[in-house]
Amino acid sequence: MDLRVEFAGLVLKNPIITASGTFGFGLEFMNFGDLKRLGGIVVKGLSLKPREGNPMPRIVETPCGMLNAIGIQNPGVEAFVRDKLPLLPWRETAIIANLYACSAEEFGDLTGVLAGEEGVAALEVNVSCPNVQSGGAAFGQDPTQIRKVTEEVKKRAAGKPVIVKLSPNVTDIGLCARAAQEGGADAVSLINTLLGMAVDIRSRKPRLANVVGGLSGPAIKPVALRCVHQACRAVTIPVIGIGGIGTAEDALEFILVGASAVQVGTANFLRPDQAFRIVDDLPRAMLKARCSNFAELRGSLDLS
Amino acid sequence: MVRNCREVKVREVRFLGAWDEPSDFVELTLDNPGWDGYRPGQFAMLRPKHWGLELSWGRPFSISRSDADSVTFFFQVVGRGTARLARLAPGDEVIIWGPLGNGFSVADQTPTLLLAGGMGIAPFRGYIEKHPTPEFLRIVFAHRASIDSYPYQLMKDMVRAESIHETSPDDLPMIIERIENEVRGAQGGIVLACGPLPFLKTIQQAARLHQIRAELSLERTMACGVGACLGCVCKDGHDKHVQVCARGPVFKADDVHI
Ligand SMILES: Cc1cc2nc3c(=O)[nH]c(=O)nc-3n(C[C@H](O)[C@H](O)[C@H](O)COP(=O)(O)OP(=O)(O)OC[C@H]3O[C@@H](n4cnc5c(N)ncnc54)[C@H](O)[C@@H]3O)c2cc1C
Ligand SMILES: Cc1cc2nc3c(=O)[nH]c(=O)nc-3n(C[C@H](O)[C@H](O)[C@H](O)COP(=O)(O)O)c2cc1C
Ligand code: FES
Repeated sequence: MDLRVEFAGLVLKNPIITASGTFGFGLEFMNFGDLKRLGGIVVKGLSLKPREGNPMPRIVETPCGMLNAIGIQNPGVEAFVRDKLPLLPWRETAIIANLYACSAEEFGDLTGVLAGEEGVAALEVNVSCPNVQSGGAAFGQDPTQIRKVTEEVKKRAAGKPVIVKLSPNVTDIGLCARAAQEGGADAVSLINTLLGMAVDIRSRKPRLANVVGGLSGPAIKPVALRCVHQACRAVTIPVIGIGGIGTAEDALEFILVGASAVQVGTANFLRPDQAFRIVDDLPRAMLKARCSNFAELRGSLDLS
Repeated sequence: MVRNCREVKVREVRFLGAWDEPSDFVELTLDNPGWDGYRPGQFAMLRPKHWGLELSWGRPFSISRSDADSVTFFFQVVGRGTARLARLAPGDEVIIWGPLGNGFSVADQTPTLLLAGGMGIAPFRGYIEKHPTPEFLRIVFAHRASIDSYPYQLMKDMVRAESIHETSPDDLPMIIERIENEVRGAQGGIVLACGPLPFLKTIQQAARLHQIRAELSLERTMACGVGACLGCVCKDGHDKHVQVCARGPVFKADDVHI
């Protein structure tokens, strides 16, 4: 069965991509599967300078999900390019860099560092970060800012596909997707985590040092599916579905509502070989869904 | 050493402690997942196959001992995951990934003091079994529950061992003093410690004060166990966040903030 997907100038072996922050730099999983079998790998969020991230505790398990407030701890973009990228099988599998910055200019500079890297297949822009120039409100909550950041990254991407990763913590996700498209994005990916919180009634303290954090996992899948559905109707560029995907069937559901590919995040914690297992299971799930190829399934949701 | 993710069968679930009451102290033995060895102090992530999606993560446990055909863990029921693990039956399947992390130093012919607090005794069983010169080992075990709840007797049969029973919070100053004295007395040897945070802090301070070589095994809530999620970090001696699962769980006492 042909599992290949092509979109936004990318050719992937299959539509299964691992999501940023849940698969490290890929190298952590080399003992659990052949990285070359994945459609793609989105690496941990990268910033211009190394970041220490948030204080502990940073993660909480919640029913069918988890909260995280890691705070984009990362060694910085240069260390990634120097120490990690050369070890990844980038000729065989799309390595997608995930960009984190606090201003449009910084996003531009970060793009500048990555644009010339042969091993980077595409850039994914995390707009769920606070914009220091507008009082700390996330870029992702303001369509004007989304558009501005997208333009800035696109300008310096030297032709590399630019994927804008949208936050679900907005009133109108379609509007945000459209802003990315207008800014020149080659694709959008969604959803990032939903803002959540957990408290301990015994200590009367929040369970995360950061107080609030991002909810992910199967608990958010219905929200993610709804967002992807709405985004697909709002834009003409390809959409990558993310949120609670843990099985091949889950992946097909997102493709059915219009996604071109999907990302697997929290499910990597169920067991470290889960993403590989999903890839292996795709042909069986497709047969069961009476689907012969992804192009036929994509967006074929019957709304009559 | 093979590190992989396997589905293996439960061989035995044994409840320790008082025989006529259901116990919260459990010894779990699984088929060997194809490991060709491990270093004591390393751990594995466990997730029974039939856990649905409600629990998002596996659970980390020190490898208590392992041989060619089995691997044994020793845990206390403290929450949802351990409660479910305690209900496993022989033949049930468990997903296991490991051995993970670094493990304790092994110093041939060197006086080695093992300091265990409560469940911190788990990794020392294998440590003692595998040590080339066990006559150089001594274990001091501080515990709250009845001594029969822990695999202590097995170890007492193999090395010099002493236990300290904490029967009430009033015992704490005495225990702290005893531990400090033990560390101080370890001049020229090494101290390896595993246990609750306050216990480790006492050991770290004493080791610093008396310039004793010590290693501490840390515990953190873990999601991936392989260094990927950055949820389990602590600060190292340079004030940098490092993953306890991948860079630890054992740290040199002078190279970690706890
Ligand atoms: C490297 C490593 C090795 C470990 N080795 C062992 C071992 O050999 N034996 C063993 O019994 N445990 C060990 N632990 C601790 C063990 O992983 C936890 O007790 C377990 O994950 C708790 O899971 P749960 O679902 O039952 O509790 P949860 O439902 O996750 O938590 C329930 C409650 O228990 C508390 N809790 C969580 N962890 C602990 C803990 N460690 N001690 C006390 N209370 C806790 C939580 O704060 C919460 O209030 C180890 C941990 C690490 C990181
Ligand atoms: C521990 C953790 C760290 C994450 N780090 C990042 C990150 O650095 N950049 C980013 O864009 N998204 C990050 N995410 C969000 C995921 O990539 C994904 O969008 C989200 O978790 C929803 O998908 P899921 O339900 O499959 O996990 C992180 C998620 C988790 C759980
Ligand atoms: S548990 Fe994920 S990095 Fe340690």
